[in-house]
Amino acid sequence: MLNDAFHRLRAVFRRGTVEREMAEELQFHLDRQVDVYRKLGLDEVEARRRTRLAFGGLDQISEDVRDARGTRWLDDLLRDVRYAFRTFRRLPGFAAMALIILALGIGATTVMFTVINSVLLRPLAYPEPERLVTLHGITNGFGEAWGASYPDFVDLQRESRSLTMAAWREGGGTVSAPGDPEYVDGRQISAGLFAVLGLRVAQGRPFLLDDDRPGAPAVTIISHGLWQRRFGTASAIGQRLVFDGTPYTIVGVAPEGFGLDGDVDVFTPLGENIEPRMRNREARFLHVVARLAPRAALNEAQAELAVMARRLAAQFPASNAGRELLARPLQQEVVGDIGSTLWLLLAAVALVLLIACVNMASLMLARAVSRDRELATRVSLGASRARVIRQCLTESGMLGLVGGVLGILVAAACVRPFVAFWPGALPRGGEIQLDWRVLLAALSLSLASGLAFGLAPAMRVPIGRVESTLRGASGTIVRGSKRLHSTFVVAELALAVVLLVAAGMLAHTLLTLASLDPGLNVHNVLTAHFALSPGVLGNPAQISATWQEVLDRARRVPGVESAALTDIVPMREGENTLPYSVSAAVPPLAEAPIALASSVTPDYLKVMGIPLRAGRFFDEHDRLDSEQVVVIDDNLALHAFGRGDVVGRQLWVPPMGPAPVRIVGVVGHVRHWGLAGDDLSRVRDQMYYPFAQVPLRLTRTFASFMSIAVRTRIAPLDIVEPLRRDLRGTSSDQALYEIRTMEQLVSRSLARQRFLALLFAIFGGVALFLACVGVYGVLAYLTNQRVREFGMRMALGATPRDIRRLVLRQSLGMIAVGAAIGAAGTWVSGRVLLRFVAGMHALDLSTVTTTMAILVVAALIASYVPAVRASRVDAMTALRQD
Amino acid sequence: METERLDLPQGALDLLILKTIALGPQHGWAISERLHQISGATLQIRQGSLYPALHRLERRGWIKASWGTSDNNRRAKYYELTRKGRAQLGDRTDAWRRLTSVVSLVLAAR
Repeated sequence: MLNDAFHRLRAVFRRGTVEREMAEELQFHLDRQVDVYRKLGLDEVEARRRTRLAFGGLDQISEDVRDARGTRWLDDLLRDVRYAFRTFRRLPGFAAMALIILALGIGATTVMFTVINSVLLRPLAYPEPERLVTLHGITNGFGEAWGASYPDFVDLQRESRSLTMAAWREGGGTVSAPGDPEYVDGRQISAGLFAVLGLRVAQGRPFLLDDDRPGAPAVTIISHGLWQRRFGTASAIGQRLVFDGTPYTIVGVAPEGFGLDGDVDVFTPLGENIEPRMRNREARFLHVVARLAPRAALNEAQAELAVMARRLAAQFPASNAGRELLARPLQQEVVGDIGSTLWLLLAAVALVLLIACVNMASLMLARAVSRDRELATRVSLGASRARVIRQCLTESGMLGLVGGVLGILVAAACVRPFVAFWPGALPRGGEIQLDWRVLLAALSLSLASGLAFGLAPAMRVPIGRVESTLRGASGTIVRGSKRLHSTFVVAELALAVVLLVAAGMLAHTLLTLASLDPGLNVHNVLTAHFALSPGVLGNPAQISATWQEVLDRARRVPGVESAALTDIVPMREGENTLPYSVSAAVPPLAEAPIALASSVTPDYLKVMGIPLRAGRFFDEHDRLDSEQVVVIDDNLALHAFGRGDVVGRQLWVPPMGPAPVRIVGVVGHVRHWGLAGDDLSRVRDQMYYPFAQVPLRLTRTFASFMSIAVRTRIAPLDIVEPLRRDLRGTSSDQALYEIRTMEQLVSRSLARQRFLALLFAIFGGVALFLACVGVYGVLAYLTNQRVREFGMRMALGATPRDIRRLVLRQSLGMIAVGAAIGAAGTWVSGRVLLRFVAGMHALDLSTVTTTMAILVVAALIASYVPAVRASRVDAMTALRQD
Repeated sequence: METERLDLPQGALDLLILKTIALGPQHGWAISERLHQISGATLQIRQGSLYPALHRLERRGWIKASWGTSDNNRRAKYYELTRKGRAQLGDRTDAWRRLTSVVSLVLAAR
């Protein structure tokens, strides 16, 4: 076997030598045989003749020897490739156009596939990532949510046999030493988190069980980035870090690039957190991640979770009744719902590539017809049909491959800009890069495309009609290719229709969504997260006073009209939902209706410009010692009380205490979940309660996620610097972060729809362009074939106008069929879009008619030039043409 | 003289070549001559068909080739049996003998 391989390789790489040796060997034999005949008395000529007879045909024998070498197919292939090169060098324009079309088509497809491969298909960068899951709870009211409470987590972790669990929660803060104060993203993690994920710390050690309890010495693990920023290359282990006002000892540095769902710089032990929330079984704010035990399977874990959930519900009915537990693969959680959008884009890009290939096929077919005579000659000289077909396919395959390589280069250049252009952040964005799988897919695709569009012309290789082809009777051949050409054009038009209508639908949806009322006045409003100085956080009374001071200072900044505090901002990430009831008999928490609850200061209404429908908003009289009040939106009013007067009635909100709260006002609904998503969300009721009435025991918690919102008289971004300066606080450690204007937030809520609309518009445009090029090309070609016919008609009295009309009618026929098929296709694509794009509006007649009209007009314009050229034909020259 | 051209199956040609080479390294023409001699000129093989067979056998590793000088001072390619080839020769000869005896038996039956 090795011998075989060696000989084959030698035959491939040392072809020249091998050929020479064979010739020499055969010649030696012939000469010896001639000598024998000479010795027998024959003359030179006769001796040679006899030798030839005895030996057999030299060429045939040589071919057989080459066959025996086992590289015949390779020899043929190489010869075909070289021939293809020569052919394309003779037609640089054609080759260039083909390569550009292919490079664009395959490049775009490769970019999409790279993203899909890195984000959706590649497993996460943890060891055995398929064994990692996240825990979710399901209730009737909330549906599925990821949060777990600390007491629940501790119980589950202790009792589970099939899962090793760890938990984490967000906990950002200001790092004030060593170095300048900087707000960083942080996580509080349970001791086993690194072990569950299967990661080792880059330096130092992970948290031990001993660190993960209240009162333990404060230790922290910092990120690679933070280590480099604050300590450079010096060791950070054992050093002191002041985070959120508390000194910590650094015991470890996390591996580079590790960030739990974000850009995390500081990890602290979860167990050290002594907030009351940590003991509240109903406060579900922990993410739980778990690894399947070595011999456990996912369904075992699910079963065990179901049992544990039931046990918890029985033990603690107040907090856990009706609550089930579910484990979901971690990858799903990380990737989120972006999969559908990505696949949709891949489908669209594939359609563009398909159009490009059909275009190519049409081009190749036109060229093939002109080569008919050449191919027929080869067949008549003894080439088998298979051989000639193989040669055609090699040509187109090569074209495809070279186009594919160019496409890969295009993709390599475009991947990073595409990721940057994506609205928001692509999950796993840092991991997106071309790898071998993408390259393999791209090359296979380009080869397959090349073979596909070479198939039509290859199939024209004649076997029976060699004689007629050689004689050049063109009638039958043109008819055959005309049908194929028309089919190509019709296909291109149909595909272009599908893409254009999809683009139209997206544009229509975008326009409709953008015109929706957000429920507030978005102009001139600035919002920002705000972190109070850590030094203040120890004393609840001081916290309130500090907030008041912050508001006063904000109001005094020039350009500010009014300022307010709020815990959640519309159309920004962050939510707080509470169950409510209209009577003292509160239904079980799993079934109670839920409202979005926002804690705000009295000026909030003024700042946001939300309309007041009835009653009043909060004022300075609503304090801790006065009656608890609440303002609801008109949805909640309708939902809870039906039509009728609502102001003055009472509402029971269990998390706010057993006593009811009084409704003092009704405001308009705000599209909190974004212009696209709000109408589809589960929770559409809203309520507001005064920040001043937050109980003292919770002020510290609230202080960690309040935001400030200001209405400005001037452009909002102009006051950012003065605001930042004035709010820095006495210790200069209060920071504004995630500063956004409301306009930016509203725009961001439509970002994905806008992005898709833009991309599809580009795809539709490219598709239309290619289709029109196809129409033009085919029509030009077909009219060229009919020159004689036109000449005859003109000689018989047809006017140029008649000829033009003739050509245009032919074109219109193709356009009509293409549009009809495309219209049928849009029924399918419309349903796909509806399913996969949030907030999508169904296909409407105006969109369809507009886009169809654009297509028809464009195609007719493309047909006009060939029509005019056909009508300018001189009758005499046409008739004289062969 | 009528020369009967017997159509040799491929396996048989290989066997004959191996046997011829077993007697000592030879070049292609010498093998052809020897075959002609031994078979008493009843076997008329197209001389050229030797060469594809030789190259095939070389690829399989049953014979190996080397360039040398022939007796008339020309460069020629000499073939000799390898160890594997020698084993194959033995196996195939046995198989051939068995086959022909069985065929003869069948043909002789009444």
